[in-house]
Amino acid sequence: MAADTAVAASPEETLESLLREAEALKQKLEEERQKLNDVTLSCVAERLEPITFPNLKLRRVLKGHQAKVLCSDWSPDKRHIVSSSQDGKVIIWDAFTATKELTISMPSTWVMACAYAPSGNMVAAGGLDNKVTVFPLGGAGEDEPAARKRTVATHTSYMSACLFPNTDRQILTGGGDGTCALWDVESGQLLQSFQAHAADVMALDLAPTDMGDTFVSGGCDRAVLVWDMRSGHAVQAFDTHLSDVNSVRYHPSGDSLASGSDDSCCRLFDLRADREVARYGKDSVIFGVNSVEWSVSGRLLFAGYSDYTACAWDALRAARVCVLCGHEHRVARVQLAPDGTALATASWDATLRVWA
Amino acid sequence: MVTMNSSEKAQKACQQGPSRDTTKSTKDDKDKKDKDTMIANLPPSVQALMSTIPSPEESPNYLVYKKMEAIIEKMQDETTGVPVRTVKSFMTKIPSVFTGSDLVSWLSRHLSLEESWESLHLAHLLAAHGYLFPIDDHCLTVRNDNTYYRFQTPYFWPSNQWEPENTDYAVYLCKRTMQNKARLELADYEAESLARLQKMFSRKWEFIFMQAEAQSKVDKKRDKLERKVLDSQERAFWDVHRPMPGCVNTTEMDPKKLSRINAIKAKRLRQCQELILQHNLKNNPIVTITNAQESEEAIQKNIEKNNESSIKENGETSQTQPETIEVEKTIEQQIEAAKRQLSVLKARMERRNVRVSKVAEMFISYCEQYSEYDAFLTPPEWPNPWISDTTELWDQEKQCKEPLPLRRVRRWSFGLRELLRDPPGREHFAKFLSKEFSGENLKFWLAVQELKALPIRRVSSRAKEIWKEFFAAEAPSPVNIDAASRELTRTKVESGTADRYCFDQAQAHVYHLMKSDSYSRYLRSEMYKDYLNGSKKKTSVKGIRSIVSFTGRKETSAN
Repeated sequence: MAADTAVAASPEETLESLLREAEALKQKLEEERQKLNDVTLSCVAERLEPITFPNLKLRRVLKGHQAKVLCSDWSPDKRHIVSSSQDGKVIIWDAFTATKELTISMPSTWVMACAYAPSGNMVAAGGLDNKVTVFPLGGAGEDEPAARKRTVATHTSYMSACLFPNTDRQILTGGGDGTCALWDVESGQLLQSFQAHAADVMALDLAPTDMGDTFVSGGCDRAVLVWDMRSGHAVQAFDTHLSDVNSVRYHPSGDSLASGSDDSCCRLFDLRADREVARYGKDSVIFGVNSVEWSVSGRLLFAGYSDYTACAWDALRAARVCVLCGHEHRVARVQLAPDGTALATASWDATLRVWA
Repeated sequence: MVTMNSSEKAQKACQQGPSRDTTKSTKDDKDKKDKDTMIANLPPSVQALMSTIPSPEESPNYLVYKKMEAIIEKMQDETTGVPVRTVKSFMTKIPSVFTGSDLVSWLSRHLSLEESWESLHLAHLLAAHGYLFPIDDHCLTVRNDNTYYRFQTPYFWPSNQWEPENTDYAVYLCKRTMQNKARLELADYEAESLARLQKMFSRKWEFIFMQAEAQSKVDKKRDKLERKVLDSQERAFWDVHRPMPGCVNTTEMDPKKLSRINAIKAKRLRQCQELILQHNLKNNPIVTITNAQESEEAIQKNIEKNNESSIKENGETSQTQPETIEVEKTIEQQIEAAKRQLSVLKARMERRNVRVSKVAEMFISYCEQYSEYDAFLTPPEWPNPWISDTTELWDQEKQCKEPLPLRRVRRWSFGLRELLRDPPGREHFAKFLSKEFSGENLKFWLAVQELKALPIRRVSSRAKEIWKEFFAAEAPSPVNIDAASRELTRTKVESGTADRYCFDQAQAHVYHLMKSDSYSRYLRSEMYKDYLNGSKKKTSVKGIRSIVSFTGRKETSAN
C-alpha cells in the first residue's frame, strides 16, 4: 500500500518526504546522543593531577625550499623528512643534521601532498597535476629518482592528500574531486574508490588499529567521514565543524579522532560515543587550523594555524599548554616523529622546523 | 587640538574615496550594471546557476577578515576603543594616530590575553592584513612602544576582495613621483617596481601617466591633514597587496582552496555558457540550423535541458543549505542521495553507543598508561636525540640487544596489537604459540596481513597458497574456523578472482581467538614473566641513569 502511494507521488514529493524523514531522524538522533552526553571530558579530567607540560624548543631549521612548504612526512627511520613545496620541488632531508639529501623537481608546481613509504625506500608526491607520482629512493645504481618515477594515481581534480596504508604497494589518495581512492602502486590500477564527500577532500589518516582496514577523511563539505576500506562505504560521519575540515588524525588508540578546521577550532570525535566529545579553541584564536597531530599518549593535541603559530592543547582538559612561535607565515603541517621524540612543522615561510 | 574620530574620518574617506578609486569604482559600477542587465536577459535557469557561482565570501580568508573586523570595530569605539589623537610635533600635526603600546594593552584587556606576546602577535597580524598600519613604515608590523599607528579605512579592507591590477599599481607609483614631498618619496623596492612596470607597460605608459597626473591634481586640492591620512592609507593598501620584499602577502590563498574555487567557477561558467547556447538555439532556431538531423538533436537536447533546468530551479528553492554541488543533480539523484542519507541515519540510530563519561575514563586511562612512552611527558631511556644531539636512543633501539628495556617489554601486555607491532614481541609470542602447538593461528594472521599488502597482480595466486597452507584437506598447518566462514572463504578463493579481503572473516575469527585465548595465557605464562624479569634486572642499572639524565634536563630547561 505504502509502495503504491510512493509510486503515485511525483518525484518532488518523494524527495520532500524523504528529506522530512531524514530531518526528523536527525533530530531524534541528536536527542538520543544527548542522553549519552552525561558529562564533558574536561569535567572528568578536572580530577587529574596537574602535570608539567613540555616546553618545546626549536631544535632544527630546515632551509632550502624557495616557496611555501605545503606538506611534509616523516620517514619511518625517525630522522628523514620529505617535504613538498609550491615551487614544484620535493626535498628529502636528513632532519637530524638539518641537511638536504635530495631534491626532486616535479613536472608541475604546487605539490600539495607528499608521503614516505613504510619501507623508507620510496616517496610519493602530487598536487595540481591531479596525480600521484612515486619516486624510488636509493638502490638501483643511484639513478636519479626522477628518472625512475612512476605515475600511480590520477584524480579528475587536484590531489590534496596521500598516504601509504602500511604497505609500499598501495597508495590512498584524496582529491579536489571529492573522492578518496586506493591504488595499486605497481600497476596504477584503482583498487577502490570512496565517494560520499559533497566537496573537496582535504585530509586523510589511516586507523592505527590491528587490521588497519579503516581510514578517515575530512573535506570542504565540513564533514569528517570514517571509511571501511574493504567495502568502500563510509561507516561513520561527524559534521559539527562550521567550515572546511583541513586535517584529521586518529587518536593513537584508534578509538577517536581529532580534526582541525577553518572555523579555527579543533574537535575530538569519539567513535565509541559517535559524537563530538571535546572542542579546542579560544576567542583570541581566530585563524584556521591547517593541521593536527597527537602525542604518543594522546595527552597532547598539536595544531598548526594560519596565524604563523603551532600549539599544544591538553587534550583532556581542553586547555592550551604550549605555543610554538618562530614561523613567519602560515603553519601548513605539524607531524610527530614516528618515535614521538620530536615535532616537525612545515610552513609557508619556506622552512621546516623540528621542535623537542 | 583637533581630535578627529577615526571612524568619521574613515567614512569621509569612503565617501570621497582617494582619486585613484573614484575612477576605478565608476568603472566597476558600469561593469556591474552591464552585468546586471546581461543577467536579467538570461533565461531563469542560467540566472539560478549564476547565483551559485562561489562569491569571494566563500574564501577561507574571508572568515578571518570578518573576525578581525569585529575586533577592529570594537577598537574604534569612541569611549571604549583605542584612544586616537592628533599629535603636535614641532611645526606639524600628525592626525588620527594611536601608539603601539596603547594598541597592545587594549588587545590584552579586551580579549583577556594572558601573555603580552600574544597581544603583540595579534596586533602584528591585524597590521599585516592591513587593518591598521605604522604611519611611516612599509613593513606592516606593530611594536609595543610609542610608534604611531593609524586605522585603515573600511573601503580598503581586504574583505572587499581587492584584486588590484598592475596598471593600478603603476598609476599609484607614478603619481607618487609627481609630488615632491619627503613622505611620498619612493622606497628602493618601489622604484624598482616602477621601472619594471614602465618596461612592461611601455606602450600604454602615456595613458598611465595621464591617469596619475589627474589623480595627483585631485589629491592636491584636499585639506592638508586629510591628505596626510589618505596618502598613508593608500600606501598601506599597497603595502598589503604589493608587500615589501621580505614581508608576507596576507592576501594569498591556500593553494588547495584556490584550486577549489577556481574549479567551481570554471564549471559554473561552462554550464552557463551551455545553457545560454541552448537558450539562443531555442529562441532563434533558424540561425543555428545547418542540417536537419542536427537541428532535431538540438531540439531533443533542448527539451532535456529544459526539463533538467526546471528541476534545478526546484532544487534551488527547496535548498536551505548553501550546498552548491546539490544544484546540478537531477531529482532522481537527489532522491537516491536522500535515501542513502536516510539509511546512514538509521544505521546510526541502531548503533549502540558508549556514554561520554565512560569514554572520558577510557581517554584518561589511555593517557596514564602511555604517558611513560610519550617522550614529551616522560624522558626516554636514552637522551632525546633532538635535544642531546646524540643518536644513542636510535642506535640502542636498532641493535635490539637482549634483554630489551623493561618499558618496551611491559608494553606488550597492553594489548595484542602492541605485542604484534613490536618485532621481538611478535617473535616471542610465536615461540610461545609453537610451544602450545597453536602457532598456525599467528602464521595465518600474518600471512593475510602480508596478502593485503601485496601488489594486486600477486594477490590471487598468493590467496590460493594461503588456502593450501591453512585450510585445504591436507593443509600442513591447519587453522580451525567455523564451517560457514570456511565455505565462504573457499568460494572466494576458488572463484579465481580472490581479492585482498577474501580471508577477512577467517582472519577476524582467528584474531579474536588469539586475543581472547592465547594472548591472555601468554601474559600469564612463565615465559613472558621470565622475559619481563630479565628486562627488570637490566633496567635497575639503567634506571639510575635515566633519573640522572632526567634531573640533568630539568636544570637545563629551567635555565
